[in-house]
Amino acid sequence: MTKNKTVSAHQISHENVDKLKDISGVNVYACYQCGNCSSACPAVEFMDIPPHQIIRKVQLGFIDELLESETPWICAACITCTVKCPRGVDIAKVMEALRQLVLRSDFEHGNLCEIEDKLRKKLPQIALIGNFRKTIL
Amino acid sequence: MQLSYYPGCTLKTDGKNFETSALAVLDRLGVSVSELEDWYCCGVCFSQTQDNLMQQVAPVRTLVKAKEKGNPQLLALCTMCFNTLKRSIEFIKNDSEKMDTIHQFMDLENTQFFGDEIDVVDILTLIRQIGLEKLKEAIVKTDAGLKIASYYGCMLLRPKEIAIDSPDDPVILEEILESAGCENVYFPFRTECCGSYQIVNKPNIVKDRAKKIVNSAVKNGADLIVMLCPLCYFNFDEIQLDIKKEDASFQTIPVLYITQLLALLMGLDPHIQDFNLHAIDPRPVLKRKGLL
Amino acid sequence: MKRVGVFVCHCGINIASTIDISKVVEDLKNYPGITFIQDYKYMCSEPGQALLKEKIKAEKIDAIVIAACSPTLHENTFRMAVKSVDMNPYNCEIANIREQCSWVHNNISEATEKAKRIIKSVVEKALLDEDLEPVRVPVTRKALVLGGGIAGIQSALSIANSGYEVILVERQSSIGGRMAQLSETFPTLDCSQCILTPKMVDAGQHKNIRLMTYSELDDISGFVGNFKVKIRQKAKYVDWEKCTGCGLCIEKCPKKVPSEFDQGLGKRKAIYTPFPQAVPNKPVIDCENCTYFKTGKCRLCEKVCPFDAINFDETDSFIEEEVGAIIVATGYDVYPVLNMSEYGGGKIPDVIDGLTFERILSASGPTGGEVRRPSDGKIPKEIVFIKCVGSRDPEHHYPYCSKICCMYTTKHAMLYKHRVHDGQPYIFYMDVRAGGKGYEEFYQRAQEEDKVVFLRGKVSKVYQDDDKVVVCGIDTLSGSNVEIRADMVVLAMAIRPSKGIEELAQLLKISIDQNGFLTEAHPKLRPVESLSAGIYLAGCAQAPKDIPDTVSQATATAAMISNLFSQEYLLHEPIITGVDEELCSGCGLCVAVCPYDARKTNREKGVVEVNEILCEACGACAAACPSGAAQQRNFTDTQLSNMVKAILAE
Repeated sequence: MTKNKTVSAHQISHENVDKLKDISGVNVYACYQCGNCSSACPAVEFMDIPPHQIIRKVQLGFIDELLESETPWICAACITCTVKCPRGVDIAKVMEALRQLVLRSDFEHGNLCEIEDKLRKKLPQIALIGNFRKTIL
Repeated sequence: MQLSYYPGCTLKTDGKNFETSALAVLDRLGVSVSELEDWYCCGVCFSQTQDNLMQQVAPVRTLVKAKEKGNPQLLALCTMCFNTLKRSIEFIKNDSEKMDTIHQFMDLENTQFFGDEIDVVDILTLIRQIGLEKLKEAIVKTDAGLKIASYYGCMLLRPKEIAIDSPDDPVILEEILESAGCENVYFPFRTECCGSYQIVNKPNIVKDRAKKIVNSAVKNGADLIVMLCPLCYFNFDEIQLDIKKEDASFQTIPVLYITQLLALLMGLDPHIQDFNLHAIDPRPVLKRKGLL
Repeated sequence: MKRVGVFVCHCGINIASTIDISKVVEDLKNYPGITFIQDYKYMCSEPGQALLKEKIKAEKIDAIVIAACSPTLHENTFRMAVKSVDMNPYNCEIANIREQCSWVHNNISEATEKAKRIIKSVVEKALLDEDLEPVRVPVTRKALVLGGGIAGIQSALSIANSGYEVILVERQSSIGGRMAQLSETFPTLDCSQCILTPKMVDAGQHKNIRLMTYSELDDISGFVGNFKVKIRQKAKYVDWEKCTGCGLCIEKCPKKVPSEFDQGLGKRKAIYTPFPQAVPNKPVIDCENCTYFKTGKCRLCEKVCPFDAINFDETDSFIEEEVGAIIVATGYDVYPVLNMSEYGGGKIPDVIDGLTFERILSASGPTGGEVRRPSDGKIPKEIVFIKCVGSRDPEHHYPYCSKICCMYTTKHAMLYKHRVHDGQPYIFYMDVRAGGKGYEEFYQRAQEEDKVVFLRGKVSKVYQDDDKVVVCGIDTLSGSNVEIRADMVVLAMAIRPSKGIEELAQLLKISIDQNGFLTEAHPKLRPVESLSAGIYLAGCAQAPKDIPDTVSQATATAAMISNLFSQEYLLHEPIITGVDEELCSGCGLCVAVCPYDARKTNREKGVVEVNEILCEACGACAAACPSGAAQQRNFTDTQLSNMVKAILAE
């Protein structure tokens, strides 16, 4: 069970945010936390941190926590969040940047061989290759 | 009307019925397409990062091929390919620095590509371009009275820079079906994601999505769900049988590519349909409506 | 040669920290033309002004240069000061060494050098300045108010009560505007019509107010104190002189159309008054829908009218008037729900906007004040209110906050609960902006007493499912998505300036901002004036605002106008561009470039003549004139060239 934690001001950092911005090109500070991204997300029920909180944590620089999160790997890159955002924050690109941050330091993340044989034979190529979004740089 | 055609991987295998029906429909509408020779993978997942140009190489190569072929329009039937190619153009357009870098990775291609020479077009826009009147004329089975849940999925509508219609309230698919004599049922989930590639290792997400979306189509009285994406198609078809196993009250509904339906309405040879590729057999309902 | 005195202001450290003031004073001491130079910490302070006056007398100075901040701030201060010691104020000049020098540079020696050059150039100008007297302009003491909502009514009454005449022009056939449509008003919940109709009656009967409803401004010319306006009286097809407002024609008219006043929920006739308390309470025929106008048959109203007041041959007529000032109070429109396809706007009948819900709540509305939903008349047991719909959404709709929605939505939920005791209201909000007297308390009451459920987040989708309206939203505070199967949904749509504001702004030559609202002269210090003299702004035409703010602003415009009308004559800047008739060949180049129609060619004399009142001293004519006949007073060619030379001199 997660415990409530107190964050001290010096933990709020812009450094990580800048790194994420280089990868994604997204200015997360435009977000005013309306939550429309999470409200519209088709997979939010499977996520440990809903998209709007991902953006909030990025704003505060709590990137390490996000690198542990399941959310970016649940995201199907359907871009609904981006289209819905009233402030033009490209949330889908932030998700991609988070995946890339993990993949760039952990080559082995996500292994194609883990797919059930039976399923792999049935799957169309488009699904397998699409899934590369989660496994390759 | 002449245009180049980019099939992509899936349309040659699991999505074969999409390709054959689409080409037959276009032929009937007087459009001839010629497939690119030696085409490459489109890249499938358009890289959403700013700093990784490697992933743009595959789509740009395809676009260079298309430029060499000479036709200004390139038809991409697969919506994922459409999305990737179109976004790549947006990404590199008017950015000579990015283009130079990408060109350095392409040994075989000598053609300079700037981004706006090729117009990547999807099947819906193409049909609208050909003309809805012309489509209407080609329809022979005008009294089928089919009720359709028209499903867009994501890739034709998002992000908005490449959207073929309003991302929130698209009408193009409904307009085409209406011209073809079908009735569109109220279908509030028509632009929602099917779960996409999560079918590979998080199939529960797809199952959850499919159930919600199919339920809505059934509830609103649809005979069929009509769509355009081979991945959505896969995610909606066979999975319904799994859902049915878990929930006996679940009602299945056949899934058809729009071009399959148009081919039937045009009275084209049903042998192009490859009905054995369908897990939920559409034949009973099609027979009932006099289309077979 | 004139004796010029220079005063260099430190402005605390604003100037002194970047410009070496003692060096400026030392270096300029012997500049030809400068008789006297001194620095002081704050020239605008009372001791600073006293110093100025004292030195003018002691040093027998003819012209003053103050090297300080921008002339927009203190030019008037110093001109008043020199006037009090009998110097012509147009001999007082400002050299701006703050905004144009100290604030924008950080290299002290270069900034100091630049400051010297600025001062020298202004000294050159001052040496050739002439004594000028302001031009006197007469004032027509009659105001024109455009828009008969609460803003227009309030300003008209206020001006009329000061003893001046007012023409109140309204597009609809009755005054009252949006406020007449409202049910009860926050935060006191008093009936909107009950507090508005007495004012409407007052305005209708006031001896100084001439009501012109069903009318629009057609044309305007002139300038502050002296506008000429042409007002179009649209054809009413009813002679209001004869009509007594008995209502027989309305009763007998066979044609029913959706009532705009009831937001399309109720019906009105083709001959109609918008609502029972209309002022004037006389009908007009809506020729778009009238059976006679459409088919050539009917004329039932004509047959039943006991006073022979129906006149199918009536046409638009025009009235010309002279007025001294104009108030624009044209109000707002609600952004149509059709624009919200993701919320089913325009497709799901039980998804409506806030103004429509006002009509449902109104005792005189289509449901008699009972909360019933449009589709089937059922009383909704669960109702969802969504705020910020179309507002605060720069990506898809409007970037601004519509300001009134927080409070009226809270009021809606509260009034709903008062009428449907077993019902549950939900409000999706992003922020609650309750900054107003009694507003926060009102909001707390809705939470505590009326058990309104406030959910903090946006709604992504609304769809119809059987007879329910499903609302998919989020509560970001708990982090949970929320799905409500509601009976009805009310959207707090953005408000925007009423239709036609662009054309009106163009006609009046006033500016509008990027969102279409009229621009005030200064956001803080001149919030009720437009940038065109004599044209004032009140109500939502300028920015979204609630009734108390609207009434305050409307009253303020009246105060401005009373102020204007209380003057015997208006003063106009004497810095205008005249014509040297000796040099003028009457070529007319200056006439063509003048944006104010101030110049006309006198064909008999073969020269151009200037209307000094219209001239705004932009200088376009002076630049265009090939012979040097057009010289702007105190900005003559010689002065300007001397100034440039002084700046460029080695």
